[in-house]
Amino acid sequence: MNRGIYEIIENKPLTKDIYEMKLAGETSHITAPGQFINILLEGFYLRRPISICDYDDKTITIIYKVVGHGTEAMARLSKGEKLDILCGLGNGFDTSKSGKKAVLIGGGVGVPPMYNLCKKLLAEGKEVSVILGFNTASEIFYKEEFEALGAKVYVSTVDGSEGVKGFVTDVLKDLEYDYFFTCGPMPMFRAIEKIAATSGQYSFEERMGCGFGACMGCSCKTKYGYKRICRDGPVLEREEIIW
Amino acid sequence: MVNTKVNLCGIELDNPVIPASGTFGFGYEFAELYDINCLGTFSFKGTTKDARFGNPTPRIAECDSGMINAVGLQNPGVETVISHELPELKKCFSKPVMANVSGFSIEDYAYTCEKLDKEEQVGWLEVNISCPNVHGGGMSFGTSPEAAAEVTKAVKAVTTKPVIIKLSPNVTDIVSIAKACEEAGADGVSLINTLLGMRIDLKTGKPVIANKMGGFSGAAIKPVGIRMVYQVSNAVKIPVIGMGGVSNAEDVIEYIMAGATAVEVGAANLVNPYASKEIVENLPAVMAKYGVKNLIDIKGCAHNG
Repeated sequence: MNRGIYEIIENKPLTKDIYEMKLAGETSHITAPGQFINILLEGFYLRRPISICDYDDKTITIIYKVVGHGTEAMARLSKGEKLDILCGLGNGFDTSKSGKKAVLIGGGVGVPPMYNLCKKLLAEGKEVSVILGFNTASEIFYKEEFEALGAKVYVSTVDGSEGVKGFVTDVLKDLEYDYFFTCGPMPMFRAIEKIAATSGQYSFEERMGCGFGACMGCSCKTKYGYKRICRDGPVLEREEIIW
Repeated sequence: MVNTKVNLCGIELDNPVIPASGTFGFGYEFAELYDINCLGTFSFKGTTKDARFGNPTPRIAECDSGMINAVGLQNPGVETVISHELPELKKCFSKPVMANVSGFSIEDYAYTCEKLDKEEQVGWLEVNISCPNVHGGGMSFGTSPEAAAEVTKAVKAVTTKPVIIKLSPNVTDIVSIAKACEEAGADGVSLINTLLGMRIDLKTGKPVIANKMGGFSGAAIKPVGIRMVYQVSNAVKIPVIGMGGVSNAEDVIEYIMAGATAVEVGAANLVNPYASKEIVENLPAVMAKYGVKNLIDIKGCAHNG
C-alpha cells in the first residue's frame, strides 16, 4: 500500500452518472488487477474505495458511479486538482488460477476492474470472453475499449435495448469457458453462482471503514475463516464463499 | 529540547501517544507501514474469552467529522491472541503493549485477564466495560458504579499488571463510575469509548448499520471527551487516559491540559494509517510552539484558576 498525492489529469462522464477519472502518481504498489484505491475527499471523514480500472507506470484510471454526496463531489473535481489516496489495496484477481478460456462478467459499476484483468489475461495468452451487463443501452460504457483489447465482447441489457435481452447469465449459459472472473451486484452473483460451470473468482463490495484491514468493518465469513473484504479480498474464490 | 515522556501506572512511555483498541489490530500490519516502536504503546484489538465474528455487515457508517462502527468485538479469542497474535507482534514491537479485554460476564473478564497476565509482552490490561456494540455485556458493566466496581475487583484479583478500566460516555454521571473503579482498585481509567449513535439511509428509510446503532467516533466527539476527562481527572487520583477525536498533536496537548496522563488515537488511524506516527513526530514542535518543556508541567492545567 502507498499513501500519496495524485493529480487529476482527466475527469469526465461516460454516461449520465458514470465517470472516468485519470490520476497521475505512484503506481508501483499495484500488484494485481482488481485492487482498489481509497480516496480522501475534502469535507468527508472516510475515504471512498474505488476499484482500479487500468494503470500503467505513471497513471491510474478509475471509473465510478455517482451514488451519493461523496461521489457527487468527486464528479465536480477538475483537472489539476490533487487527491490524498491510498493505492494498491486488496488482493486483486489471481490470473494464475485461470484456464485457457476465461470469461469475465461485469455488471454495471462492476465492469471497470474487468478491464485491466482482461488486458493481463490476453497478455498471458488466454482466450478471453467478456460479458457486460447493464439495465439499458444508455448506461453502456467501455464496450469498444474491451473490443479494442481483442476480447470477444457480449452485452446484455435488462430491457433488451442493446445486445442480449436479459441478464449476464443469459449470455453465460451458452458460452464455453474453463474459468470465470466477476464483479457486480449481489443478485447477479447469486444468478451466476447457480449456473456457473467452472471455478472462478468473485470481487465483492462492502461498506468499509479504513480500506486496509485495521477496523474489521467489512469482514465476512468464508469456508476458510473470517476475511476482511478490504484486505483479504475483495476477490474471493468460488470454493470458499458462503452464500 | 522538549520532554515527551510520561509515566503511565508505573511504566514510562517515550511519548503519550497510544493507538486505541480496534483501530490498530494487533500492530503487526501497521508495522509493514512504519516502525511502530515510535509509539508510546498501543492498545490491541478487544479480546474476549472465545473467538467472535461480531455483528452482521454493514457495520460502518460515515458521519460529518466522524464515523459509526458496529463491529461487535471481532477477535480470534484469547488463546489465539496468545499463540499467534502476540508472537507476530513480538517480531516488530519491543515495548510493553496494552491488552484490551472485553467480556460478557465477570467470569469472562477474569478468565481473559488471567491468561493475558502471564504474557511478558503485556504491560497493562485495559478492561473495556463500555462497548456499545454487544448485547448483554460490554457496556452494561460500564453503566452502573456497582457493576464497574465488580469487574474491577474481579480483574484485580487475577493480575499483578496495572488495570485500566475503559469507561463509557453513554452514562448520566461518568465521574461516579470512575470513582467506583478507583475505589475497587483500578490503577487507571481510560475514556471515552464511542458514543452510541445511528444513521438512517434516506433511500431505504432504514438504519445504515445492520445492528441499527453503533459507536460514534472521530473528530466530532473531541469536545465530549475533553469535558469528561476534565471532570474525571478532577475527581480521581489514578491516571486518566484521554481519547475521543484525537487527530493531531494539538489534540494530545488539549487532552493533557484537561487532565490526561496519556492519550489514545482512534478513528484517525483508519483515515490516515500514518496518523499516530505523524502525531508522535509533530508533538515536540507543537509543545515548543506552546512553550511546553515537559508534558507533566501542563497536565490538568485547565483545572487551575
